[in-house]
Amino acid sequence: MPERIKHKPLDIDKVKPPKAEIHIITDQCKGCGYCIQFCPKQVLEESKEINARGVHPPKIVDESKCILCSFCTAVCPDFAIYTTEKKCAEGC
Amino acid sequence: MVEQVTHPLSKYLRADMMPHIWCPGCGNGIVLNCFVHALDELKTDLDKLVVVSGIGCIGRTAGYTNTDSFHTTHGRAIAFATGVKLASPELEVVIVSGDGDLFAIGGNHFIHAARRNIGVKVICANNFNYGMTGGQLGPTTPLESLTTTSPYGNIEHPFNLVHLAAAAGAIYVARWTTLHVRRLTQSMKKMMQKEGFCFIEVISPCPEIFGRYNKMRTGLEMMEWFKKASVVESFSDPAKAEITKEKIVVGEFVDTQKLSYEKLFHEKIAQINERSIQ
Ligand SMILES: Cc1ncc(C[n+]2csc(CCOP(=O)(O)OP(=O)(O)O)c2C)c(N)n1
Ligand code: SF4
Ligand code: SF4
Ligand code: SF4
Ligand SMILES: [Mg+2]
Repeated sequence: MPERIKHKPLDIDKVKPPKAEIHIITDQCKGCGYCIQFCPKQVLEESKEINARGVHPPKIVDESKCILCSFCTAVCPDFAIYTTEKKCAEGC
Repeated sequence: MVEQVTHPLSKYLRADMMPHIWCPGCGNGIVLNCFVHALDELKTDLDKLVVVSGIGCIGRTAGYTNTDSFHTTHGRAIAFATGVKLASPELEVVIVSGDGDLFAIGGNHFIHAARRNIGVKVICANNFNYGMTGGQLGPTTPLESLTTTSPYGNIEHPFNLVHLAAAAGAIYVARWTTLHVRRLTQSMKKMMQKEGFCFIEVISPCPEIFGRYNKMRTGLEMMEWFKKASVVESFSDPAKAEITKEKIVVGEFVDTQKLSYEKLFHEKIAQINERSIQ
């Protein structure tokens, strides 16, 4: 590991990592599972629910683990999921 | 949080045409998603954009983007787009079409538009078959693949699209898979800022037909193949950019500059007009 990464960033106490909000438009999902499978932080899983299209849309396991990479937003073929940054007033 | 909300990119899609007709896990939706992402990031003026498609599953894209668009006859997307670009060079003309549309019936339009460097931008969703008509073999079907018209395995050597585009004279050439959403979007942005003939090949899952015939019944299995096999080899020799079960070479292959046909065309007309006045 490069030397500079070993040290704790000096401003770590001041800088808060952004908090994510994940939006799932459940009835638009066709259940391909891409967002679940390829999320780098395993934030999502298949739900038990059956949506308007007869498939199991994703559900959130742990929103706090989301790093807002927005991979799920970009990979969804059906525009059924996207993420936004939580505004401070709402919780940080 | 589970709720009913509108997607932030929905303004780029025609609401009355949604939901789209593509099968679950079809890569066409990812191509469309990355394309509208690129439009959004570039803050593209939708009044200056024209989207043209041919016939095929991916050809529906022209009808789904909320801009001036045209769904042409099969194989004629580039021919139509050439007319638009020459008549109105200030418009950004993007063609989104299939491997069959662009390289079988439309193959000649492709090589000559590239040769003449007409400033249209081509995105090809390569799903290795004719999806819309039931999964026949096409010009990009890999050797030994099973399709409805090659039930014993394909014996036709496929085109290498990035090599073809580079050899024919395209000024920008890239290949990504639908798993490379970030890099694909970046490539689309880059291409839309260039002047001249540009080409992006997107290796795209057709789980419903090509996948089903080739032991990859779901989109997930096809995407896992892309994940396992993709190797980024940017600016390597496109002639060597193979697509096999074991290896899919992706990356940017050409990024250069050359005077565009529409520029030369309008300059020539101006010169001739000047001469005839004297
Ligand atoms: C002149 C003409 N010939 C043949 C067809 C039948 N046809 C419709 S779509 C298609 C091929 C589509 O393949 P591709 O362009 O790869 O698109 P995909 O459906 O795979 O996305 C063909 C041969 C047609 N519509 N018109
Ligand atoms: S933004 Fe990234 S980390 Fe968050 S849920 Fe989506 S894929 Fe997972
Ligand atoms: S990527 Fe989209 S369509 Fe696929 S499971 Fe996730 S939300 Fe549903
Ligand atoms: S047939 Fe194939 S290419 Fe056509 S919509 Fe279905 S999965 Fe997509
Ligand atoms: Mg095809």
